Amino acid sequence: MHNKTLAELSQALRNGECSSLELTQHFLTRIQQHNPTLNCCVSITEEQALEQAKAADQRIQAGTAEALTGIPLIHKDIFCTQGIKTSCGSKMLDNFIAPYNATVVEKLNAAGMVTLGKANMDEFAMGSSNETSYYGPVKNPWDTDRVPGGSSGGSAAAVAARLAPVATGTDTGGSIRQPAALCGITGLKPTYGRVSRYGMIAFASSLDQGGPMTRTAEDAALLLNSMAGFDPRDSTCMDQAVPDYTASLNKDLSGLKIGLPKEYFSHGLSAEMGAALETAIDELKKQGAEVKDISLPNTHLAVPAYYVVAPAECSSNLSRFDGVRFGYRCEAPTDLEDLYKRSRGEGFGAEVKRRIMIGAYALSAGYYDAYYLKAQQLRHLISDDFKQAFTEVDVILGPTSPTPAFNIGEKADDPVTMYLSDIYTIAVNLAGLPGMSIPAGQINGLPVGLQLIGNYFDESRLLNIAHRYQQATTWHQQTPPAFA
Amino acid sequence: MSLSKTDVEKIAHLARISLSADDIPRYAENLSNILDLVEEMNQVETAHITPMAHPLEAIARLRDDTVTETDQRVAFQNIAPQVEAGLYLVPKVIE
Repeated sequence: MHNKTLAELSQALRNGECSSLELTQHFLTRIQQHNPTLNCCVSITEEQALEQAKAADQRIQAGTAEALTGIPLIHKDIFCTQGIKTSCGSKMLDNFIAPYNATVVEKLNAAGMVTLGKANMDEFAMGSSNETSYYGPVKNPWDTDRVPGGSSGGSAAAVAARLAPVATGTDTGGSIRQPAALCGITGLKPTYGRVSRYGMIAFASSLDQGGPMTRTAEDAALLLNSMAGFDPRDSTCMDQAVPDYTASLNKDLSGLKIGLPKEYFSHGLSAEMGAALETAIDELKKQGAEVKDISLPNTHLAVPAYYVVAPAECSSNLSRFDGVRFGYRCEAPTDLEDLYKRSRGEGFGAEVKRRIMIGAYALSAGYYDAYYLKAQQLRHLISDDFKQAFTEVDVILGPTSPTPAFNIGEKADDPVTMYLSDIYTIAVNLAGLPGMSIPAGQINGLPVGLQLIGNYFDESRLLNIAHRYQQATTWHQQTPPAFA
Repeated sequence: MSLSKTDVEKIAHLARISLSADDIPRYAENLSNILDLVEEMNQVETAHITPMAHPLEAIARLRDDTVTETDQRVAFQNIAPQVEAGLYLVPKVIE
């Protein structure tokens, strides 16, 4: 049952082959069985899940079910879930029971989905390996000595290990795509403003975007259909109609122009990674796509600009954690300043503190122009590179991550080395474009991700290409042997 | 860029974060390395480039000035560390 995709399960539910309650119990059992090994869930919401499943079964019987009704999922613990602990992977929010639902949660609840639990993640989504979580690292189901990627590592590991058919994730600099790549699943970061950020705990507000993490492009389309859309409660959410993302999945690829940025296929990329991508490109060519070499000349500026913009916005967003209104408060504060400083010093982990401090420094008097303003100017250059590229091609293809999953502990002590794991994903966030990672090979038994970058609001095309690729290949069907 | 112990203490104060004395050298090293990474930005002349405010050049939406929120004080204060009579409590600020 757990090897079926969302689309197949949806069919099975409507045909009466199984009930949502049975499905839910099956996945809850799998979580109980495998979570001690993987550490991918920080909360398991069994009681609520069983209630939601019963309600879904009633809807199915009454004939009012939608495609997602009765399908279990796991939410990244960054999405506020009313009455359920929402920790964001931090000691700061270890005691935080969200008083309301995120819009994404509200929408998926309304569609009749069943929440199995909340996924582990890097603390406040700051990390590329899931090692910064207060709840300990998540293990990669393909090799439990390795990281699942981050920050949506719990979501990726859970979907890869078949502990849930699908999960939600968020992506600020690669946090959906990089773990999707490292765990061998499909992950889509939509256009900035496509999915509401309301109730999604803010890291860097001009970059954050929620999206689906699934096994197939078809499942991502089904999930995005319900996640996307205008929300008056998020002022940056775009008021633009949501197409049916499943409608164009099968569209023919002939005449499709794919751009290969020379900067993404240069020295940083290993020979094995290059070969895997080459094979995938050949498959797309076979289906009629044309390939064109392009250049994104400011690619090398993306990581430096990101590590100013993201920390600056995080230092301002995370100032709300002050030990006064919610979250962690230190013992016996002597005065207000002591309350702030110790609550934050004790409540935040090292990586979060580093980023807040970098941000505070970059925004401090006398440094604003040299750092934040400069970074926002570079962001324009980076974004213009993409605009130019999209006058020549329909979509851009490259690696998602420079390497497959690395070992736990390998990069943990060196923030800068860790930051370079996101070298191919960060520019997409800076430009606000949609990006997607799909499994496209393996190196020594570890999954390799292929990244597709689309023009603004062109998620349909990314899903179409990914789906056509998945119809012709089996990489997305590979299951980590220990979790088959 | 090499940040001194004093620099780190000043930044930590701006960020209202307490750091133990033992941790400061490590933060000084890490933060200096991050600033070195960021340094690459200065290779590019940007004087005539408009800073990007929004990826889609969208303008912040305004709504009518009407009350839309309901009173949720009780729900919000249920999760506060310390409240009394509808007020959030903090250590004494005025002597």
